[in-house]
Amino acid sequence: MTRTFLGLPVRRGARTLPDDVAHPGGHGTSASAGRASDAFGDVPHPDAPLRWGDAFPDAARVALQNTQLRRNLAHATSTIRTKRAAVVGEVPDWEALRDAGSAIKTDVMARLPELLEELERNVVARGGVVHWARDADEANRIVADLVKAKGVDEVVKVKSMATQETGLNEALAAEGIAAYETDLAELIVQLADDMPSHILVPAIHRNRAEIREIFLARMGDAPPDLSDVPRELAMAARAHLRRKFLSAKVAISGANFGVADTGTLTVVESEGNGRMCLTLPETLITVMGIEKVVPTYTDLEVFLQLLPRSSTGERMNPYTSLWTGVTPGDGPQEFHLVLLDNGRTDVLADEVGRAALHCIRCSACLNVCPVYERVGGHAYGSVYPGPIGAILTPQLTKASGGLSGHDDPNASLPYASTLCGACYEVCPVKIDIPSILVELRAREVDADRGRPTGWGAAMKAASFVMSDARRFGLAGRAAGLGRVVAGSSGRISTLPPPASGWTRSRDLPAPAQQTFRDWWRDRPVDEPRTEGGERP
Amino acid sequence: MSARDDVLARVRAALGAPAPGPATGRATAGTVPRAYRERGDLTPGSPEAVEVLVDRLVDYRAHVHHAAGPADVATLVGDLLADATSVVVPAGLDEAWLGGLGDATAVVRDARDDPRTPDELDRTDAVVTAARVAIADTGTIVLDGEPDQGRRAVTLVPDVHVCVVRTDQVVQTVPEAVRLLAAHPERPQTWISGPSATSDIELSRVEGVHGPRTLHVVLVGA
Repeated sequence: MTRTFLGLPVRRGARTLPDDVAHPGGHGTSASAGRASDAFGDVPHPDAPLRWGDAFPDAARVALQNTQLRRNLAHATSTIRTKRAAVVGEVPDWEALRDAGSAIKTDVMARLPELLEELERNVVARGGVVHWARDADEANRIVADLVKAKGVDEVVKVKSMATQETGLNEALAAEGIAAYETDLAELIVQLADDMPSHILVPAIHRNRAEIREIFLARMGDAPPDLSDVPRELAMAARAHLRRKFLSAKVAISGANFGVADTGTLTVVESEGNGRMCLTLPETLITVMGIEKVVPTYTDLEVFLQLLPRSSTGERMNPYTSLWTGVTPGDGPQEFHLVLLDNGRTDVLADEVGRAALHCIRCSACLNVCPVYERVGGHAYGSVYPGPIGAILTPQLTKASGGLSGHDDPNASLPYASTLCGACYEVCPVKIDIPSILVELRAREVDADRGRPTGWGAAMKAASFVMSDARRFGLAGRAAGLGRVVAGSSGRISTLPPPASGWTRSRDLPAPAQQTFRDWWRDRPVDEPRTEGGERP
Repeated sequence: MSARDDVLARVRAALGAPAPGPATGRATAGTVPRAYRERGDLTPGSPEAVEVLVDRLVDYRAHVHHAAGPADVATLVGDLLADATSVVVPAGLDEAWLGGLGDATAVVRDARDDPRTPDELDRTDAVVTAARVAIADTGTIVLDGEPDQGRRAVTLVPDVHVCVVRTDQVVQTVPEAVRLLAAHPERPQTWISGPSATSDIELSRVEGVHGPRTLHVVLVGA
C-alpha cells in the first residue's frame, strides 16, 4: 500500500494533477515529502472508484482503531443530524413530500426509456449536444475528447458523484488534462490525494486542524499564518481558486436533476463554485446518471424541498442553478450532456434492488447510520459509502461479481448494517434500505449454496445432531465443557476458527452448568404449580 | 449499435418492456400522489409572508432593508454602496434605483449583447439587480436572467450583491414559486438563499466562499 504524507494514499497510481502546474508549489514537492509518516491513520489504497481496499469487515476493523477519525465523524454527524431534524420538523407536509418524491422516482424508473428520449430531444432543441455512455471508460473518453477538441489542458469541476464514479479526473490526467476540483471538500480531498468518505462532504473525516495542515503543505499559495478557523480556511480556498474560475475555458459538472419535459438541468450547491463553473467558461460538459431524469419541471417543487433539508439541514441551499441548453449571450455557449449507464441498467433489472436508483444523493442515511458513524466512509471501499452505498455499490458492480462473487469485497457490503432502520426513516424518497439489504444478503447466501462453506458445514453438522434426541442430549452436555474455556469471567472471548468468526466481534457467554433437558428431568415433581404467575 | 441505442435497449430489457413501436411523442405520466401543500396559508405579498422571508434571510446572514418606494430604494442603494468605486448593473434595471449613487461610484452596464468580461466583473465592487420571485419559507430569491436581473455572471463575480425585491413578489412556498417560473422554464435561473456558504469543514456553516460574500436584500413596497 503506497501512502503519501499524512498517511494518505496515492490515488490509483496516477496523480490527478500534474506536479508542476497544479495547485502551485504544493503537489510537486509533496509526493516524496513524507510517505513514511502515517500521522492521520489508515486509508486503503483505492484501485477502482466502486471497488477498492479490503472487504468491509477487514476495512472496518482497521478504521475502528482510528480514534481521531471516530471523533471527527461523531462530531460532524451529530451536528448535521440535529440541523436536519430541526428543519424537517418545521415542514408540516414532509411525509406527503416524501410520498410524492418516492412515487415520482418509481414512475421515472417505469418510463425511463421514454423520459430519456424526451430529455434528449429537449436538450438538443435548445442547442445542447447529448452523448450516451455505456460505461465509465466510454464516458471518460467522450469527455476527454471534448476537452481536447477545445485545445485546453485544464478544466474546472463542480463536485459530481457521477464523475467520481467513473474516475474521470484520473482518466483526464492520463490524457494530460488537469481537472481542478472546486468544491471545498473535494479540494481538500484532491490536495491530500485522499479518497472521498461521504457523498455530500467528501472530507468529513478531516477536522479543521488536519485541513489547515493539508492547505499549508499543498496549496502553495496558502497564507503562512493560516489558522484553523473554518472561515479563514474557506477564504484561503476562495483566493486559491479565483484565477482558475475567471480564466477557465471548459467546466465539467454533474447534475442533480434533468427535467425531461423542458430539457432543464439542475445543480444544487452552496459555495458558488458551481455557479462559477456553470456560468463563466465557454464550454460546459455535464455528466449525468440516466436515473437522474425527472418527468416534469414542476416535479422540481418536490425535490427542491426534500433535498436541501435532508442533506445540509438547511431550509434551502445557498445556490441552485437551472439551465436549459444554451442561452445566447448568457453562460456557456457550448453545452454537452453525457448520459451515463455504468451498471445502472443492471440495477434497474432487479425489481427489488432498483429502488436504489431513486437516491437523490442527499446523504441523510450516512449521517444517521450507527455503522457509518463509527467506521467512516473509506471502509465501504466505494465512492458511495454508508447505507445507500451498501445497496448501490454491489448492484452497480453486479456484472463483475459485486453482488454474488464469493471473494468480491463488494459482496460483503450488504452486511455493513445493523438493520436498525434509521436510514429508511430519514430517506427523503423513502428507499427501504433495510429490506433491500436483507434481500441482497439472501441473494449472496443463495449464490453460495452448493459450494463448501463454513456456514454450510456447520448447518449440516447441526442438522445431524438435532435430528436425533440422544445425539442432541450428548451435544448439550458436551457444550458444558465451554465453561472451562470461559474461566472465571463467564465469557469466551477467543475461539479457534471457524468459531473465531463469532468471537472476533462479540463474546460468547459460557454455557450453563446444567442443560435445560437435565433441569427438566431433575426438577422436583411435587413443586406447587401456579396459574398465571400468582402464588396461592 | 450506437451507445445510445445500446443503453436504451438495455433499459428496455431491464424493465421487460417491448421494443418501441412508432414514436409516441411525450411519455405518459404515472400516478403520483400530490398531497403536499401546493400553496401556503399566507397570501402572496402579505406582511406575514414578508415577515417570514425576512426571518429566513436574517438567519442566512443576509442584510435586509425596507424601502417605501423607488426614491427610498435610491437612497438605500446609495448608502449601501457609498464606498464602492464601481457598480455593475443589468441594462434593464430601473434607473430610478441608482439615483442615490455618489459621483465617485462608476456605473458599469452589462447586457447579453454587450457583456463585461469575467475580469472586468472581478474589478467591480458590487452589483444591483431586481428579482423574479422570492420564497418566504426558505428565504430564497430567484433570478431568471431577464433584463432587470442580468446575465448570471454579473450576480456572481462582484463581492456585494444588492437585490431589490418587490413585496408583491414574495410567495410563501416552493411550489408557488416553481409554478410561476414554469411559464418560462428555459430561462437560466439562479436561486439564491443568503450569501455563498459552505458546511464542508466539520459540517459547520461558514458564510462567504466563491459567490458574493455580502447579500443585501432591499424590500420595496408595491
